[in-house]
Amino acid sequence: MTKESFIIWLIAKIILILVVFVALLLTIAFLIYAERKIIAFMQSRIGPNRVGPIGLLQPFADITKLFLKEDLIPAGADKFLFVLAPCISVFTAFMAFSVIPFGRDIVIHNVIIPLQITNLNVGVLFLMAIFAINVYGIVLAGWSSNSKYSLFGGMRSCAQMISYELPLGLSMVGILMLSHSLSLRSIVAAQSKHWFILMQMPAFIVFLISSIAETNRAPFDFPEAEPELVAGYHTEYSSFKFAMFFMAEYASMITLSALAVTLFFGGWLGPSFLPPFIWFFIKVCLMLFFFIWLRATYPRLRYDKLMKFQWTVLLPFSLLWILITGAILI
Amino acid sequence: MVNTEIKKETMILNMGPQHPSTHGVLRLVLELDGETVINATPVIGYLHTGMEKTVESERYIQAITIVDRMDYLSCFFNELGYILAVEDLLNIEVPERVKFMRVILCELQRIASHLVWLGTHALELGAMSVMLYTFRERELILELFEMCSGYRMNSSYMRVGGFYLDFPKGFIDRVKDFIDIFPSKINEYETLLTKNVIWKERTVGLGILSAEDAINFGVSGPTLRASGVKWDIRMAHPYSGYEFFEFEVPVGKHGDVYDRYLVRMEEMRQSIRIISQAVENLPEGSVSINNPDIILPSKKDAQIGMEEMIHHFKIVSDGFSVPQGSTYIAVESPRGELGFYLVSDGGNKPYRLKVRTPSFANLQALPLMLKGIMISDVVAVIASTDIVLGDVDR
Repeated sequence: MTKESFIIWLIAKIILILVVFVALLLTIAFLIYAERKIIAFMQSRIGPNRVGPIGLLQPFADITKLFLKEDLIPAGADKFLFVLAPCISVFTAFMAFSVIPFGRDIVIHNVIIPLQITNLNVGVLFLMAIFAINVYGIVLAGWSSNSKYSLFGGMRSCAQMISYELPLGLSMVGILMLSHSLSLRSIVAAQSKHWFILMQMPAFIVFLISSIAETNRAPFDFPEAEPELVAGYHTEYSSFKFAMFFMAEYASMITLSALAVTLFFGGWLGPSFLPPFIWFFIKVCLMLFFFIWLRATYPRLRYDKLMKFQWTVLLPFSLLWILITGAILI
Repeated sequence: MVNTEIKKETMILNMGPQHPSTHGVLRLVLELDGETVINATPVIGYLHTGMEKTVESERYIQAITIVDRMDYLSCFFNELGYILAVEDLLNIEVPERVKFMRVILCELQRIASHLVWLGTHALELGAMSVMLYTFRERELILELFEMCSGYRMNSSYMRVGGFYLDFPKGFIDRVKDFIDIFPSKINEYETLLTKNVIWKERTVGLGILSAEDAINFGVSGPTLRASGVKWDIRMAHPYSGYEFFEFEVPVGKHGDVYDRYLVRMEEMRQSIRIISQAVENLPEGSVSINNPDIILPSKKDAQIGMEEMIHHFKIVSDGFSVPQGSTYIAVESPRGELGFYLVSDGGNKPYRLKVRTPSFANLQALPLMLKGIMISDVVAVIASTDIVLGDVDR
């Protein structure tokens, strides 16, 4: 690589990172708005409609409000961990998005810029590692708050997220066997003929259930089950630290939707009348809609029953599916 | 030697009085082993308002507005129970139209109360949409109450000896509209819950209360009937004309949270049945007894007639006296047996009013139901007993 092309590459990368970061933040903001509107529609309510036209500026009003709130650290809390926990959560949530490809390569002055922040050849493993770190944010928040409700929330999510990483990882194995690669970019490329969902439907179901549990979304939102645990691990958090947890939750939702799209629905591939990243965006939005729809419909399961379901049903099933996939391939 | 014994400790968790799902201000002291409840102690009194005592310093007619506010989700039952007790001491037999009107209002109120229960119960198990659907229908009922009494809750519409005003024009038609649409709405809630796997997983076999325990604790209402005891005061000791209506008393088998849910859902259907019979056969006639010592004359008469004006002045300033004696009258409120023990010393104010509230008795059985279950199920069990803290503390 010449010096000139390196500079072009560097500038392009920095711009790409900034664009992705801002786009992710905006998506989170409007995802919260969309969730409130969609659920309101499903529940025969109106939803936010005061700030801006049809309430479109509501997310910015919320963020401003959270900024202006007093930032409390409860007495007896472990201050260092208390501050560190939301940072870990938000950091890992954003980090995970960096390996997701969302478009074809673009070429500027003979320099190939892939539309992906970094094309790791172990992308899937990297994601699993990041998800594992994500648990720390919640566990530490629950532990350091010096509150019993938070502790319960932290404990529950610790058990739940660690257990559900197993089927989440195993559900991807079939895909890896089909595409012969751990890089998400190659996985998308391998789906140019047909999407993996056609061959890996059972794996997709496992993936879907695990990803709902992994993001602590309804009906598996035990760590923050408000009727039981007040607000779970973030009971004691206020102001911007609370906003960080909130952002992290929605960022993980987006990342996992994007991952599902990449693994099972052909990523950014689609008919050519729309640019690839628009296809990617539409698919992610449909996945997110599914997440929101679930929340409006289902009651919450009980935490120990979910764990039992994971160890006795989901895990054996996903192992079996790997065997079947292997048998078919041979 | 190394001591290998692991030290085990239990944890005390204060649930409430400020907690999202303790139905007001109930405080539960939970002794926990991990997430399992070993012991639960309800602490009450955070909503104590001294209503029984306040009533002693108010005239009989004024006390209606006070008893109204005890169980704020079923005000008509409080009114009816109290008024029936006063009428019993006065030895009054009200016209049939009054009885039918009271039944219509009470059964509408029962549906409204059960809708709040269903909404909060589902919300506590995480199904939040159901809550908004039930409140949508409850709104229709509250509008009906507003139409006839001017108030949506705590309406103070009933009077000793009947009603001050008849149902307004068009009220019966709107009640008919409501009973036409409501059964389909119950089906709508049931589609979301009754056969839902997660809902059944969360409620079947949970918080079991045996029939024997239920009777020993004095539990009544749907909570008792879910345990398999067919005891409904409307059936056993009909009051206010319930003997004229045909309805069934739904009974559960296992006494768990799911059975309590099924029983209350069926009760709403039966209430609709009673209301439609009452509306069909509503007799014509006066809406109060003909006794100027107890019933206020109409405003128009009081402004021109000498006698009426004197009666008006007398009732408003001094009320009416009730003969010496005591009585106990119980009505079947949405929560169970709501009993009023009224003692009169012959004056114009109650000497003593003791209220036997269903929530208070049902709450006693709560620690029994909570023993050995998980903390997530605690809220489900509380919701299934359908307590109202205003009713417990009064």
